[in-house]
Amino acid sequence: MTWLPKSRKARRRLLVVAIAAPILAGSATLAFYGLGSSVSFFYSPSQAAAAHVPAGRTIELGGLVAKGSLVKRPDGQIDFVIADHLAQSKVSFHGELPDLFREGQGVVTKGAYGDDGVFLASQVLAKHDEKYMPREVTAALKASGEWRGGAQGQGAQGQGAQVQGAQVQGGGAQP
Amino acid sequence: MIAEFGSFCLLLALALSAAQVGLSVAGRLRGSAVLAGAGEGAAAAAFAAMAAAFGCLMSAFIRSDFSVSNVAANSHTAKPLLYKIAGVWGSHEGSMMLWCLALTGFGAAVALSGRGLPGRLKAVTVATQGTLGLLFIGYTAFASNPLLRLANPPVEGASLNPILQDPFLAIHPPFLYSGYVGLSVVFSLAVAGLIEGRTDAAWARWVRPWTLAAWSLLTVGIMLGSFWAYYELGWGGWWFWDPVENASFMPWVAATALLHSAVVTEKRGALAGWTMFLALLAFTFSMLGAFLVRSGVLTSVHAFAVDPTRGTLLLIILGVTAGAGFALFAWRAPQLPPGGLFSSISREGALVLNNLFLSAGVATVLLGTLFPLIKQAISGEAISVGPAYYNWTFVLLTSLVLLILPIGILLAWKRGDLAGALKRTRLAAALALIGGGLVFAAFAPHRLLAGGGAALGLWLIAGSAVELGERVRLGRAPFAESLRRLVRLPRGSLGMTLAHVGVGVFIIGAACETAFHVEDAEVLSIGDSLTAGGYSVRLDGLSQAQGPNYLAERGAVTVTRAGRVICQAAPERRRYTPGGQITSKVALCLRDLGDVYLVMGEQRPGPHGAPGWLIRAYWNPLSRLIFIGPLMMGLGGVLSLSDRRLRLGLPRRAAQAAEAAR
Repeated sequence: MTWLPKSRKARRRLLVVAIAAPILAGSATLAFYGLGSSVSFFYSPSQAAAAHVPAGRTIELGGLVAKGSLVKRPDGQIDFVIADHLAQSKVSFHGELPDLFREGQGVVTKGAYGDDGVFLASQVLAKHDEKYMPREVTAALKASGEWRGGAQGQGAQGQGAQVQGAQVQGGGAQP
Repeated sequence: MIAEFGSFCLLLALALSAAQVGLSVAGRLRGSAVLAGAGEGAAAAAFAAMAAAFGCLMSAFIRSDFSVSNVAANSHTAKPLLYKIAGVWGSHEGSMMLWCLALTGFGAAVALSGRGLPGRLKAVTVATQGTLGLLFIGYTAFASNPLLRLANPPVEGASLNPILQDPFLAIHPPFLYSGYVGLSVVFSLAVAGLIEGRTDAAWARWVRPWTLAAWSLLTVGIMLGSFWAYYELGWGGWWFWDPVENASFMPWVAATALLHSAVVTEKRGALAGWTMFLALLAFTFSMLGAFLVRSGVLTSVHAFAVDPTRGTLLLIILGVTAGAGFALFAWRAPQLPPGGLFSSISREGALVLNNLFLSAGVATVLLGTLFPLIKQAISGEAISVGPAYYNWTFVLLTSLVLLILPIGILLAWKRGDLAGALKRTRLAAALALIGGGLVFAAFAPHRLLAGGGAALGLWLIAGSAVELGERVRLGRAPFAESLRRLVRLPRGSLGMTLAHVGVGVFIIGAACETAFHVEDAEVLSIGDSLTAGGYSVRLDGLSQAQGPNYLAERGAVTVTRAGRVICQAAPERRRYTPGGQITSKVALCLRDLGDVYLVMGEQRPGPHGAPGWLIRAYWNPLSRLIFIGPLMMGLGGVLSLSDRRLRLGLPRRAAQAAEAAR
């Protein structure tokens, strides 16, 4: 093995590199594979329409819950409409809505469009602060002209219940 | 008046931190013990001033003084006392106060406790800690002062978000923050070590207890938050890989890696540069976490009202501090003395492998957390990274490193006997494979996850037991002798065993809960029942309950299994009167370390026309292990911390005494 370095220290360094390289390369591969399979894109209704999101692809759809659109059916199915200024999207969800779900407020749902154009939500993301507006929703609403700022925005500093130090966890209302 | 006094104390703490820096630096440059001592005194005084400021804020909360803006925004007269106190750290400003309190507290602890620390190293450590104090107290005082008065105080406060009104969440931030900020001491020690060119075993002996303390607090803090999420959010999840959670998790992983590499540096004098790097990294992650949570640059399902301008300030503090630390590292690390040599098959080798995997793991978590930002910057698309990513990366990587753990702890320092270690863990391996196999065979859904998790968890627990058994010569010496040895074992090694067993317990719980939990949700009228996982849940009645600041619909629910009553539970649906928010109060029936988890939902028309309520029931088998495991890890850390070898100064004084006797 003449190609091995002579000094002990250099050999050690080579060994460390030889062990570390596959681990790092392996984790990088895993990371890129993982990212590829678990990234979901966020759209507002008008963005989703413009992007022609194909049916069946998992996305996040966010916007304002249109006033008067919430219908709770006896079989537990819940229908509502998510709207931005330019477009709206019918959403159908089976499960229990988060406690803070309200008409007229921002919401993010996760799911996929069905063939009929109705968005089938598998999760409605709960927010623990009724004044909080997801950043994407704010951006999307601004883009579509609906944004009027004010207390509903994420800049509602010091006005309401906030949890900062808390490592707060949230989740969807899982169906 | 008290609020003004508090503001004054905050500024005083700022001034004292400046004095701490100045005096300590002067003490170091002039080699004057008097000046350095004055710097230490300033550190203690800064803590006292900060404690007074914090006390003033707390007093304003307890007295419901709504002329203080932060109290008006986060408190309410009807709130129970515990939550009035918890409201102190329920907001951004208050949590920064807590951060600063912990920062000065740790600074004072280093200043007052470090008798055995070489004078120059200590002076620079205290100065660095003072610099951190200066930055963060300055930020709090000038950009986020919670003690500011309102011109027109309201009659009643806006109250704290109801879901935060919970005993676990009340104590969660103090633990978490002490953990985050405890890592600042390690950061300061690393900076001092780099400046002084000292990264020997004596330096590592100083790093280890502080890391252990911070790590234990952080472990328990994260566990408390997770437990709170588990029973407060009402759908039984305990970890979501949400950015806010990752923000607390990354410093924890870095501290875990540091804990292990510091052992190598202390015992063998090797890996000094790497240990130093991790020491800088751990607190950098803490600050990054603070920035991510506060600034709202990442969308978290539960990021709360945030302020981008303050985020920018925090980013500047992060950049300056971490940038200076790592620049110093890049400059000085190559000049550090080389460490001792070791064979690749050795305890050191195993710990290097541990560090490689943990670093790769934390890097993947960092990538996943920041990827939405990167993507947004590059293509402008808004995305989120799902839990699947973390399962593929972090979970897989840590599972691999845990596989080698029971073998690694059996290897000797410097040169280990791999064949011997493998032979000695045969029994543990067999036990793990049989246990995992049984779980795999016995249960149908997600059997691979459950079987694999059970096998890995058992492997860790049995492997730790083998190591402990060898130390006390169980079976090879009379039992009384083994018992005597067990009592005399250094607490550090008992702590290690306890923490490793805790990891195993956690894995078993996490895998089983994830794989086997079942749920059912139905609209029940009074007298109806539903079943979840073999448990029958019957709604017996409904009553109205009046809490201190809420009205509740309380269900009377009986849980039975095979006709036998397991428990009577009372889940509630609360409406908080101050803000009108509705929350669910989950009822938990503990059974066999798992929970029957009951959530009271809204009223809906029942199946036969009678009024009904939506009741959700989950059966979460072994779910309590998820929280018992981290608690064991934290206790293991505390146990190690009480080891007399780590009681600072002792070994050094003993060495001096030995020298004097010669």
